[in-house]
Amino acid sequence: MSALPAGGCRDLPVLRERGQREVFCGLTGIIWLHRKMQDAFFLVVGSRTCAHLLQSAAGVMIFAEPRFGTAILEEKDLAGLADAQTELDREVDRLLARRPDIRQLFLVGSCPSEVIKLDLAKAAERQSARHAPHVRVLNFSGSGIETTFTQGEDACLAAMVPVLPQTPARELLLVGALPDVVEDQALALLAAMGIAPVRVLPARRLGGMPAVGAHTVFALTQPFLADTREALLRRGARQIAAPFPFGEEGTTLWLRAVADEFGVPADLFESVTAAPRARARKAVAAQAETLRDRTLFFFPDSQLEVPLARFLARECGMRPLEVGTPYLHRDILGPDLDLLPQVPVLSEGQDVDRQLDRARAQRPDLTVCGLGLANPLEAEGLATKWAIELVFTPVHFYEQAGDLAGLFARPLRRRALLSPATALEAAE
Amino acid sequence: MKLTVWTYEGPPHVGAMRVATAMEGLHYVLHAPQGDTYADLLFTMIERRSKRPPVSYTTFQARDLGGDTANLFRTAAQDACDRFRPEAVIVGASCTAELIQDNPGGLAEALGLPVPVIALDLPSYQRKENFGADETFLQIVRHLARPMARTARVSCNILGPTALGFRHRDDLVEITALLEEMGIDVNVTAPMGARPGDIARIGAAHFNVLLYPETAESAARHCETAFGQPYTRTIPIGVGATRAFIAEVAALAGTALRPDEARLRQPWWAASVDSTYLTGKRVFLFGDATHVIAAARIARDEIGFEVCGMGCYNREQARALRATAKAFGVEPLITDDYLEVEAAIAALQPELILGTQMERHIGKRLGIPCAVISAPVHVQDFPARHSPQMGFEGANVIFDTWVHPLVMGLEEHLLHMFRDDFEFHDAAGPSHHGGHAPRPLSDAPGALPPDTQDISEQKMPAATAADRPDAAAPAADSIVWLSDAERELKKIPFFVRGKARRNTESFASGKGLNEISIDTLYEAKAHYAR
Repeated sequence: MSALPAGGCRDLPVLRERGQREVFCGLTGIIWLHRKMQDAFFLVVGSRTCAHLLQSAAGVMIFAEPRFGTAILEEKDLAGLADAQTELDREVDRLLARRPDIRQLFLVGSCPSEVIKLDLAKAAERQSARHAPHVRVLNFSGSGIETTFTQGEDACLAAMVPVLPQTPARELLLVGALPDVVEDQALALLAAMGIAPVRVLPARRLGGMPAVGAHTVFALTQPFLADTREALLRRGARQIAAPFPFGEEGTTLWLRAVADEFGVPADLFESVTAAPRARARKAVAAQAETLRDRTLFFFPDSQLEVPLARFLARECGMRPLEVGTPYLHRDILGPDLDLLPQVPVLSEGQDVDRQLDRARAQRPDLTVCGLGLANPLEAEGLATKWAIELVFTPVHFYEQAGDLAGLFARPLRRRALLSPATALEAAE
Repeated sequence: MKLTVWTYEGPPHVGAMRVATAMEGLHYVLHAPQGDTYADLLFTMIERRSKRPPVSYTTFQARDLGGDTANLFRTAAQDACDRFRPEAVIVGASCTAELIQDNPGGLAEALGLPVPVIALDLPSYQRKENFGADETFLQIVRHLARPMARTARVSCNILGPTALGFRHRDDLVEITALLEEMGIDVNVTAPMGARPGDIARIGAAHFNVLLYPETAESAARHCETAFGQPYTRTIPIGVGATRAFIAEVAALAGTALRPDEARLRQPWWAASVDSTYLTGKRVFLFGDATHVIAAARIARDEIGFEVCGMGCYNREQARALRATAKAFGVEPLITDDYLEVEAAIAALQPELILGTQMERHIGKRLGIPCAVISAPVHVQDFPARHSPQMGFEGANVIFDTWVHPLVMGLEEHLLHMFRDDFEFHDAAGPSHHGGHAPRPLSDAPGALPPDTQDISEQKMPAATAADRPDAAAPAADSIVWLSDAERELKKIPFFVRGKARRNTESFASGKGLNEISIDTLYEAKAHYAR
């Protein structure tokens, strides 16, 4: 590791921008959270726009009977002609009667419900009492005026922390919604090191939710969980700081931090990780051939930008020109920032038109951006990677390291495959 | 408050975006929080547009609410004008901004922008996407178009095509060519491709061609009143409707020229014998009212289907749909609740659904084939090839599109003969759709009303006592084919002979027969035929 480029972005000045943001709101998190929590229903209390967003971001109707929906506010709810709380109770009663398989209900606040100050905490409390013990009702905000994209997951998990049972046990808690296959890999690695029991937030079902207490130590698997982290610290739990488990290096450093906390002997750590590390290195190396020395530009999207830039720079040899992120949580990203080779621009927030000017001026080899920007940039001749795939695809830990690099290599390989004449026509 | 799982229409400001994105030189300043920018991807991903929609979102946050959201709007409007140099600006609020009552119209007016500012009032909590498009286009026309002298040659405007419209791109090509063949100039096409300056000269046309009442009826009415321009009522979808449209246009234009029908293949395709199998197939129609009304006539009069139900999700056009439903003797279903539509389809059990992408999914769940005839759109509804719904080519396209989900003529004929064969049965699905056999309902995810399941049971290959081998019946391998029956069997085309043999044996086995005669063979055929 000493051969890798020297890092140090922790004290880099940050370009803070304020303007039009081309980012989803926190409601989008429902799309992966409802797959993760298999007995949960997410009821957005909002407008037709919220319903349309979920439908559009999810792709039209992937799931036959989704476990999410929108209680659409109507004129009479706003004009005070109807008591919104009563209306909400009625819709929830109807929903739960139709879906007896639902054990957890989340009332999800939206921009309109926040603006009219509809008290969903009160509603959740009342409905919890009404439907206990079969259904637990919690609330969080996924509104665009308060949350950006992945912050919706943060808000959801943070809402769960205060109601987790108390435990005096010294237990490891993994925090962040990972695809089941990835979560199982992480648990298997930790088990092989003799670390047990390991709890996970969020659990797949209500019955499996972890307990937390002063002897809980937790490791984040996602960098956007700032509020959840705060809530866990308030419960007395302690965080294991580490770079995020992306790529071979990130995964190893993350596992080592956990292993050190639990006193795992070095030789055991080595024997557990050696084979998957070698596999990950080999898989990444295959993709890195395409990525090496290519320039990279991140538009802010999922808050995964800093750890991903670290991975792409150090393990794939890419050269980041700008790393933009919606929020830069130094407390959480410190270990990744330390490793990230100095980048010309580290930006927080967004003024999309100005940022597009910078991207066009620098013409990066690869631009990571949202779906609204991808095709227009492709038409201008810039290769892009849709950022949303990074949160929908299994990308964490060793076995996915090659896939993660592949997500970035594919647009470049594709561009090389298509004949230049065709590419020119697409750009008109 | 109403629980919604999937929606047919977006909010009204998305309708305004469809108009703005279709036009050139127009910019939309939308007072909205950050999440509302999702709407950009509808255009850049679903429609594969190579440019961002011309929309600036003010992106206010919770911390701005107590402070100065109005100032954010002013800055965004000024910046948009400076950067994009539009010829006109439309301003409005999304659902959240409507609640904070900043009055974007008034704010933009006070800025003294160097271009016309058109304020939109789109009530987000009452109306939807189509209203938003229709109202936005009306306001643009009201603000920019002025009465003026008619063009010397006879001309018309084409009103209605927008961004994200169902096949608007291709319909426009078709209808423009048709008008050209009739010797009629197109003065302005709007919103699609029009600049604010083009809107200003709408009044020069002799009449208007209204392609989509959903998005441009109000503007067409306004032009009728303000400029004395009549507009066409016929929507040229289908052979009969296209001919009626040509007659209507010819009367308005006073022209005797008629377009060439040589490229129209649909009538012969429908008349040719392979299409016999389409006769009386029961179809259910759902979508926007305009497309459903047109589709109903095509289904009945041009393809020979039986329309067993129809409905639309847009109340604005419900009256016309009700009238059509009455003429067809079916109950109209006016709803934007997709669960209601699903229940109606499940109860009617049509053989084909002509609907939207939502009904396509309903069809997948219920194992009923579906062709898409209307918005809301999906990436599939923007094919690379020319694929109009309107005009003569549109009629050809519609024939292919509707027939494609069904089994082919000869194939269906064979299925009727051997309906319970293990690999050659109804539930195996059309052979040109590999690997898409509908699952039995009991395996489908999600809860369905019990009556649905009952009906679908009937649709599955009937398992009668005669079909089911049981212990008392002779096993198939102990059954003897008499020599004349064996000879008769050999007369059956080779590619179905094995199936005929198995079906006959299975029939004989069910009846407890040990020998198969010619009579047994034909009794079996009669048994399996419908």
